[in-house]
Amino acid sequence: MSPFNLAAINFVWLPILPLVVVTVAAMAVLLAGVRVDDSESEGLGLLTLASLAVAFVFTLGILGQYGVAFAGAISVDSFSAFFELVILIAAMFTVMMSLDYAAENRIPGAEYYSLLLFSVLGMMLMAAAGDLIVIFLGLETMSITVYVLAGIMRRNAKSNEAAIKYFLLGAFSTGFLLYGIALVYGATGTIKLGPIHDALASGAMGSNPLLLAGIGMMVIGFGFKVAAVPFHMWAPDVYEGAPTPVTAFMAVGVKLAAFAAFIRVFMVDFASVGAHWQTVLWVIAALTMTGGNLIAVVQTNIKRMLAYSAIAHAGYLLLGMAAGVRSGPAILYYLLGYTFTNLGAFSVVIALERRGEAGNQISDFRGLAARQPLLAGAMAIFLLSLTGVPPMAGFVGKFYIFSEALHQGYVGLVIIAVLNSVVSAYYYFYVLVAMYMQEGGVEVERLSARPALVAAVGLAALATILIGVYPQPYIASAANAFHSASGAEGSHSAALEP
Amino acid sequence: MTVEFPALALILLFPALGVLFNLFLGPRYGRGAVNVVGPGVVFVAFGVATWAFLTLLAMPPGGALAVHLWGWIEAGRFHTELGLRLDALSGVMVMIVTGVGALIHLYSVGYMAHDEDFARFFTYMNLFAFSMLILILADNLLMMFVGWEGVGLCSYLLIAFWYTNPQFAYNGRKAFVVNRIGDAGFLLGIFTIVATLGAHDVWTLDFVELRQHAALLGGAAATAAGFLLFIGATGKSAQIPLYVWLPDAMVGPTPVSALIHAATMVTAGVYMIARLGFIYTMAPAALGLVATIGGLTALFAATIALVQPDIKKVLAYSTISQLGYMFLGVGSGAYASGIFHLMTHAFFKGLLFLCAGSVIHALGGEQDMNKMGGLRRKLPITFWTMFIATLAIAAVPPFSGYFSKDLILEAAYDSGHSWLWFLGVITAGLTSFYMFRLIFMTFFGESRVDSEKEHHLHESPAVMAIPLIVLAILATVGGWVNLPGGLLWGNAFVRFLTPAVGAFKPIVEASPTSLSLAASIASALGIALAYLFYLRLPGVPMLLAWRLKDLYNLLLNKYYIDQLYNFIVTRPLFWVSDNVLNRAIDSFVIDGAADGAGLAVRTSGQIARRAETGNVQHYAFVYLLGALGIVAYYLFLVTH
Amino acid sequence: MGGGITLNDFLVLSLIIFSLGLVTVLTRRNAIGILMGVELILNSANINYLAFAYYGGGKYDGQIFAIFVIMLAAAEAVIGLAVVLAIYQNFKTIDVDAAETLRG
Repeated sequence: MSPFNLAAINFVWLPILPLVVVTVAAMAVLLAGVRVDDSESEGLGLLTLASLAVAFVFTLGILGQYGVAFAGAISVDSFSAFFELVILIAAMFTVMMSLDYAAENRIPGAEYYSLLLFSVLGMMLMAAAGDLIVIFLGLETMSITVYVLAGIMRRNAKSNEAAIKYFLLGAFSTGFLLYGIALVYGATGTIKLGPIHDALASGAMGSNPLLLAGIGMMVIGFGFKVAAVPFHMWAPDVYEGAPTPVTAFMAVGVKLAAFAAFIRVFMVDFASVGAHWQTVLWVIAALTMTGGNLIAVVQTNIKRMLAYSAIAHAGYLLLGMAAGVRSGPAILYYLLGYTFTNLGAFSVVIALERRGEAGNQISDFRGLAARQPLLAGAMAIFLLSLTGVPPMAGFVGKFYIFSEALHQGYVGLVIIAVLNSVVSAYYYFYVLVAMYMQEGGVEVERLSARPALVAAVGLAALATILIGVYPQPYIASAANAFHSASGAEGSHSAALEP
Repeated sequence: MTVEFPALALILLFPALGVLFNLFLGPRYGRGAVNVVGPGVVFVAFGVATWAFLTLLAMPPGGALAVHLWGWIEAGRFHTELGLRLDALSGVMVMIVTGVGALIHLYSVGYMAHDEDFARFFTYMNLFAFSMLILILADNLLMMFVGWEGVGLCSYLLIAFWYTNPQFAYNGRKAFVVNRIGDAGFLLGIFTIVATLGAHDVWTLDFVELRQHAALLGGAAATAAGFLLFIGATGKSAQIPLYVWLPDAMVGPTPVSALIHAATMVTAGVYMIARLGFIYTMAPAALGLVATIGGLTALFAATIALVQPDIKKVLAYSTISQLGYMFLGVGSGAYASGIFHLMTHAFFKGLLFLCAGSVIHALGGEQDMNKMGGLRRKLPITFWTMFIATLAIAAVPPFSGYFSKDLILEAAYDSGHSWLWFLGVITAGLTSFYMFRLIFMTFFGESRVDSEKEHHLHESPAVMAIPLIVLAILATVGGWVNLPGGLLWGNAFVRFLTPAVGAFKPIVEASPTSLSLAASIASALGIALAYLFYLRLPGVPMLLAWRLKDLYNLLLNKYYIDQLYNFIVTRPLFWVSDNVLNRAIDSFVIDGAADGAGLAVRTSGQIARRAETGNVQHYAFVYLLGALGIVAYYLFLVTH
Repeated sequence: MGGGITLNDFLVLSLIIFSLGLVTVLTRRNAIGILMGVELILNSANINYLAFAYYGGGKYDGQIFAIFVIMLAAAEAVIGLAVVLAIYQNFKTIDVDAAETLRG
């Protein structure tokens, strides 16, 4: 008998094939880049892009599957696949934004792209986690690399400051998450998500103090990663200081991964003890929406404004979580639209940015419509989507989340949210006004020499409209994904069919 | 009976193609091509709309044309389709929007002849037509909201079309923000309907299905939805308290004022309420509010219009006032009458704006009526058409406004709102006063035109004159489609609309003749007074303004409402954002105690400063406070 | 089991260390001092894992988790020191209140 059973190995490794691809690519890029000059890192970027695309194709294979791998450490379901795919899309967009930016700013290419890939690995692990160890490992793999990415422009004081702030607060908040996981482990006696779900669903736990404290600590830990008020303070500073492609990656990728784990743990496994955390999330959601939107109104730096905007959007998503299991598909759909919209907006910011400081003020957008009508038009699409104006993706997402929350009877929270979206119109429109109705601002340099960036803007704009005008397939796959996760440990899917 | 009619999609398609052409190819192919394509697509849409409308006329009453495009949002049991539907109500609206719209597009060719940005202008105008047609033809509430937002966006873009003036850009932004407040109400209204019907396991926003299930909405939910949707209408249709954006919107090019801020977009609120009449009928409180706000707005805006010196401002407040009439009509339950006035108003007010534009064009941009006068002979076509429009709005028989205004006032009285009827009658008098004031100040008396502009004076070219003449004919005969009951084809228009919007059920039966007489006397009085003040005794207005200085200033400054809003809404929002949440202490220290910030603000400011100074440990501290809050909550949960 | 020392004792010890870590993070200006506070917090969690694993009966999940945490804490310390070095190069100090240019 052969010592190796090839078929078994294939089967075991298949679910994490995308992860393996990303890992190998990260090391390959690091090695390949040893002798590449910092100003000529485009090739490394293209290699990264290609490997992300390969991982994307492999991930498609997981769609529709259902089960666990590695003794329950990895969940193999459409939920994982959905988030992995969106994370990979976000990463590909980030690379497209970075190609020119990294070379132009002399960012060390090998380190940059390989760290990017490693953090994608961490994010995908979080999305695919089947137990709390893997969630923690994924979170740390992602975080540690993003700390470095935020500070990768070592000579730039702002980049440095962003890194130290993000690092110190991130490590601090990791402590809370870890402590929370320990308490949940103590209460339930297991770190596997499935058994935790069963233990809680049996109702034997009641309001065990260890469990409650653990849930609370985990809310705090995840709240930091999704930048929920009052754990959001790092976000504006770090978003402003980090290199802009990294900011985009944080605003989208990190948020996606954090929400993936947050949703899986809370809305699936802790669903049966919803009474223990939904009230807390209610308050946090209200604070997050309101705080983010109000402070965004007075911002003059576009990256900072988008940071507060991202905080506000996290608030809308938390609203969905607070409203309970029924909103799951809506949250996933919202995240999809949010991904393209934000990536697009940051791409436009990069297009305006020049070496040094210029290009990051909202006043720099003045007169953009006259000089670059298509770029301004794309930015207008993103801003309208963020505001929630139909027919953009942002509108359908908001409508979907709010109406689901309303069905669950969360009238007060929805009213807060709708009022907040009125406030948000003010600062998004401020940029529109600058682009279309004022003069001055900065020239956009050599746009034609940056095809990848232009492609990123164009694709994001198309996707933002398409997902809004013809949302049906995306809503269906979001619902599918969410139900595949919740179906693994208890069937909610039946409730959602007619 | 509903007939599948795929050509409906063409009505949307052509303006959409116009947008794409003007946006991408317009600058390349130049003015000639844009001048053909821009208005051309709307004319073609008008042709298709006429075809559809004639098809509808040939069908038995209550018929409709429909086309299903594709499934839009399907989430669980909730689903919304993208589909178009043309019944009597949307048919009338489509004819107005494409017809009047086509004429105004044509007029714009002349008006924008010297503007370099013609391609951008027609891009926005076509986009507007496209969005407005979505709003009208939508077969469900959510798609209507898409159009609703779209027309809003075009409106702001066009208000600020000449954005080099920062004030213009500011006005565009003001319109956007005020409308977003209304839109929030609209959206909450939709949510209320979805949630209420969802509780009964009905998942639809389709108008036809909503109507079938309307009974499930019950009194309370219908009232709530009615109130919330009406908030949306007050924003879009410039009613109290959200009307403040419309006068400022007049900084846009005049064809825009005519098309968007007089004839079509601002009437969307009226259309929406007529469309959802079956909900409002179940909610007497909401309906009563609609009528009351309408009546009050009509009077309120008319008083402001009395003293404005700017020709377009007069027309803007006049529009707000006439929209008030329409809301009074639909609020009285007489949806068909409201739509009737909407139609005649589109003719005469569109015409008034185009004439005003023609005057402004001739005077090289002058809008102050104190610098006009005696233009009658220099601009004969403009004068005569504008005079006809004025007769129509002043409700002089047999011009169109007479029939529609009468019908609304009658409905107001018959539905038991006799005091609103009274307001309406007073408004009728004020209307004819300020309109004839406008005519007399502009076209009669001595010329007060600046001397260097005097010899540039010219009548507008044919491309601008033709729309004036066509609209003047419509403003004259447009009312004849609904002659008073018993006369020839009496009440034909109302009977045509009734299957779509429901019949008006009067509570009291008053004599139409005496009601009509009262309104006519008020109108005649207004005309006579204007004649006295502005032609016979030109010193009197000055004297009155001086003797009643406080009242005059109150009206001239529009009751100081803008300042009030600025004081109670805009500034506090900024203040809270800037001080309490962001850098309370920074500005506190800089500005000193002069700000008079209270102790509470100071305390929260100190916390905010700890939080936002950029110090990482302060961030950790706030983090910890949040964490302690959560821990405290769980301690509470455990101990109780 | 545990000879007089119970699960509760470990939990209290862990809580004390956790609180010490919090205080350290909040009061130290020196970035490395803050880092040490973070290490205290992580290790307080580790005590919990080991205690739960020991008293929970026979499962190794907790021990495994603790080993991973130690490994990651080391990685985090490496990154942290690198960032602190960069801070020193730019600001000539490792007090965190020197880096306050990003604010508002």
